[in-house]
Amino acid sequence: MILQIEDVLCTFCGCLCDDIRVEVNEGRIEKVRGACRLGSSKIMGHNRIKSPMIRKDGELVEVGYEDAYRRAAEILVSAKHPLLYGWASTTCEALKKGILLAEEIGGVIDTTATVCHGPSIIGIEEKGLVGSTLGQIKNRADLIVFWGCNPSEAHPRHTLRYSSNACGRFVPEGRKGRKVLVIDVRETRTARNADRFLRIQPGTDYEIISALRMIIGGKADSLPEDIAGVPRKDLIEIADMMKNAKFGAIFFGLGLTHSRGRYKNVDNALSLVSELNSHTKFVIMAMRGHYNVTGAGQVLAWSSGYPMAVDYARGAPYYNPGETSCCDLLSRRDVDAALIIASDPASNLPRGCVEALGEMPVIQIDPFENPTTLFADVVIPSAIAGIEAEGTAYRMDGLSLRLRKLVDTEYPSDVEILQAILDNIRRLRDDN
Amino acid sequence: MISGRTLAQGAGCEDKMSPLYINEVSCCYLSEDDYRALGLSDGMNLLLTSPHGSAVLRAGVDKGLPQGIVFIPMGPWANMLTGTDTNGCGMPGFKGVEVEVTPTDEKVLDIRELMLRGR
Repeated sequence: MILQIEDVLCTFCGCLCDDIRVEVNEGRIEKVRGACRLGSSKIMGHNRIKSPMIRKDGELVEVGYEDAYRRAAEILVSAKHPLLYGWASTTCEALKKGILLAEEIGGVIDTTATVCHGPSIIGIEEKGLVGSTLGQIKNRADLIVFWGCNPSEAHPRHTLRYSSNACGRFVPEGRKGRKVLVIDVRETRTARNADRFLRIQPGTDYEIISALRMIIGGKADSLPEDIAGVPRKDLIEIADMMKNAKFGAIFFGLGLTHSRGRYKNVDNALSLVSELNSHTKFVIMAMRGHYNVTGAGQVLAWSSGYPMAVDYARGAPYYNPGETSCCDLLSRRDVDAALIIASDPASNLPRGCVEALGEMPVIQIDPFENPTTLFADVVIPSAIAGIEAEGTAYRMDGLSLRLRKLVDTEYPSDVEILQAILDNIRRLRDDN
Repeated sequence: MISGRTLAQGAGCEDKMSPLYINEVSCCYLSEDDYRALGLSDGMNLLLTSPHGSAVLRAGVDKGLPQGIVFIPMGPWANMLTGTDTNGCGMPGFKGVEVEVTPTDEKVLDIRELMLRGR
């Protein structure tokens, strides 16, 4: 029997599109409609890890779930300072379980945000954020600025659903009713859809933002003719575009957080937006990558007081990015075991950190094989949240949405896996 | 060198041992001018060296790039070149890494060889 499921949430990127249609035939997803290339490739599924595995004599050998849980528990119990990393592509409920685990074993829990929008969070902690929902932007914004982000490739439906090309209540004409400005170091696909593209030199975002703040503050005359390679007159035109908008929105990406300046770039951009509100209505939002990286920050913040990089080794939560963040812990060899869930640090961290990962026991919980599997000592395959397991996730603007289970599976959910590891840890401790 | 997301990198993101993902993240994109100046053509490879490491990648053209900047889709190859210093905020420098780019006859390693290199 073919089952049509409407309004499915896509668990790929931070857009969390909630209008996907999925066709299920005899427990298998056969068609996906309305999703982008990124979303449909995930929902349609592909090669799964078939069975739990434990590394023996250098090779991963298939075992039962109970053996894998026990081995994972042994690794975590005998570690002095384990790292629990990932969490952005799973549910809030799984992270809650992970925090409990970190607390019980005195580990440090960090999310992929630290190598993504972590600096944005630090910037927001410093400065505060003039924000809004994506709905407000869709319905009201007449100027959309994409700064150091490329939604055409990273968030393919963002422009059509929420921003530059969306038809909104007060912008019924869609793309024609909005001005689009792209600021980037390269002319991306997103830039080709813009009314104006400003190319800047890599690592000069801070200077450009500062110059815009000066112009908006009436100090344009104090600026040199040329600011980091951009003529002053271009920046004056852009500042005018911003001031003359009825409702402006800046979406910023890793162009700000990965470049020289890091969180200071974001801090400065938040100040720019705050100051623009003396002239008009302006908001700013980070283009969050993984579908629940926003939720991961929320759950950690309400549980521990901190949004990422939380160390429970002292018995109480301790947070100091640059010290308790994943990259720093690994490169300083400050952790001695790792549980990696729903992420792939072997691909996404600098080589020096990956080498550190190769020196310690690694537990991987993931539906799919990835380069981290090559370093894993215990591999535990899981159900895919939003497809095979339900839960909660937060869209990039902080809206929480409920993920449904679309098909049955024999794989346990991340929550069940973490609970089983926790039970094994408690049992091991009782035995001792 | 800057690294970042692309459509093919994203589409292969949950299937990282697939040729789709591996082909995309082992490609180094140059501006048309730089591509021509290095005498590159289809199927040629590049050796990239940074203060943090080196890797061999396939060469490609991105018309949107200015001269002097190379773009690598984020992934294991780009991260052979990035350093671990986070400037005290947890974030390594994934963009703005100085690299030397030279054409090479060396082959692009397969993902397992690359990941387990030196182990």
